[in-house]
Amino acid sequence: MPFASVADFLAMGGHAPYVWSAWGVTLFFLLASVWHARLERRQLIKGLKRRERREQAHRAPHQDNAAGGGGHHDA
Amino acid sequence: MWAFIHKLGSPKWFYTISAKLQPWFWAAAAALIVTGTVWGLAFAPADYQQGNSFRIIYIHVPAAFLAQSAFVSMAAAGLVFMVWKIKVADMAATVIAPFGAAMTFVALFSGAVWGVPTWGTWWMWDARLTSMLILLFLYLGVIALRGAFSSRDSGARAASVLAMVGVINIPVIKYSVDWWYTLHQPATFSVTSSPAMPMSMWLPLLIMVLGFYSFFTALTLMRTRSEILRRESRKRWVRELVRETR
Amino acid sequence: MDNCMGQNKAQENRTQQGVTSTSCVGVQGARGGLSIALGATLKRDLLLMLRHRGEVLNPLVFFALVITLFPIGISPDPALLTRIAPGLLWVAALLAALLSLDSLFRGDFDDGSLEQLLLAPQPLAALSLAKVAVHWLLTGLPLALMAPLLGIMLSLPAGSYAILALSLALGSASLSLIGAIGAALTVGLARGGVLLSLLVLPLYIPVLIFGAGAVQAAIMGDGAGAHLAILGALLAASLALAPWGIAAALRISING
Repeated sequence: MPFASVADFLAMGGHAPYVWSAWGVTLFFLLASVWHARLERRQLIKGLKRRERREQAHRAPHQDNAAGGGGHHDA
Repeated sequence: MWAFIHKLGSPKWFYTISAKLQPWFWAAAAALIVTGTVWGLAFAPADYQQGNSFRIIYIHVPAAFLAQSAFVSMAAAGLVFMVWKIKVADMAATVIAPFGAAMTFVALFSGAVWGVPTWGTWWMWDARLTSMLILLFLYLGVIALRGAFSSRDSGARAASVLAMVGVINIPVIKYSVDWWYTLHQPATFSVTSSPAMPMSMWLPLLIMVLGFYSFFTALTLMRTRSEILRRESRKRWVRELVRETR
Repeated sequence: MDNCMGQNKAQENRTQQGVTSTSCVGVQGARGGLSIALGATLKRDLLLMLRHRGEVLNPLVFFALVITLFPIGISPDPALLTRIAPGLLWVAALLAALLSLDSLFRGDFDDGSLEQLLLAPQPLAALSLAKVAVHWLLTGLPLALMAPLLGIMLSLPAGSYAILALSLALGSASLSLIGAIGAALTVGLARGGVLLSLLVLPLYIPVLIFGAGAVQAAIMGDGAGAHLAILGALLAASLALAPWGIAAALRISING
């Protein structure tokens, strides 16, 4: 074990700023990419669900109209 | 064989099979990266020449490996897309590009930070760093080209061609930069060319490399799945799937 | 048209077996037609470029101008200029060649003759190679011939002028071939110019390293043979591979 104490470990033999900043940036990128992927998926599903609901809401009155003989088409 | 490839090429099948694979890769990535981090930072011996700054190797080298492999896999996906018209391959290539660029940046950053205690400067035109910088530009070119087309299919095919051209050039660039470097700066030594690493030093490095590759695979699977949902959102199976998820 | 091309291919197979066919008279046999089509493309492009003399002269003026800027920006000290001259000349020539790339396919794209090129029964890779050859003949070669003149202004040591011109002539052919892939990829885009440089410049680096290295070696008296050989190898590789890339890229840009 190359380090005698926790303080010794954190100091990294005088190279603390370099070692910790390099590791920090790397771990930040890894965690950020996981976070981004999760957020992307959640928002995508939310958006698709919303679209599904909207289209169903559109379809329902349209069917009523068709039953009433209106023949009115919505985009 | 052909049936298998075409089955794998079907977005729905890929979506189902990747759902089963994904947790294993995430678990492997987490376990390996945590083990490698603890081992590399706290237990591996310090380098007799560089001291503890040597520990940056445990992220610099995996990130550099991943940056290059991601480009190669992006080009391979582009080839598959161009030859067999398999859409999933292009979805994978789309999501690999930004992550590959991020890993290239990580390799550059960690290399530059490592340079401070080793060379006494933030930037040295070291062969490895220079090739990494060029690789970053290649990634940015592929991402920008894909974004410049208004039609997704044209953008996909253009990016595939550029990725393939890039992957043919990467070894040429690498060797010419190495050659150029030895010509101009023969005195300075490269940070990662320690002559013989003892086992206690390279075993954590191996673990970190494997961990980074698992992470890359898991993330690519996950984001490809999202890309499938986005591009196939009009398909019946996607609609049913969306309705079922909470 | 498609049907005719199919027959044409079949006809080619048959002629290989020693059987002649007279079907599909409108399209000549691809083997005889290829040299004619190549000649026609070369002649047409040369003529077009020579009519637009500005497009031929602009890269040369740009080259001279950039070389003028460096002594003004850095220092007129001949000793310093001698040291950096090979790199400066090569980088400036490379940028000048890059500047002319955007117009390589642009005019043909705008007036629709690029589509005609795609529809021709001859392989697109060969025809695009002819276009690139014209581009090199009117951009790379003049730049290479002009470089020694600018070398004098940067007090390049005597004895390296021939190597400078030769390395630029060899290297700029590779530059034209590699750059044409980028030009073909961006020709359909409204603002392709800046993107083109982003795509192409990283791929130029090996040529730059060995081109500038050749001149440097000639100055040192080491003999530039090895560098020129590698430049030749790069040219051979890009001659073999780039036409396919150009053809694929043109198809993407035209067919959308």
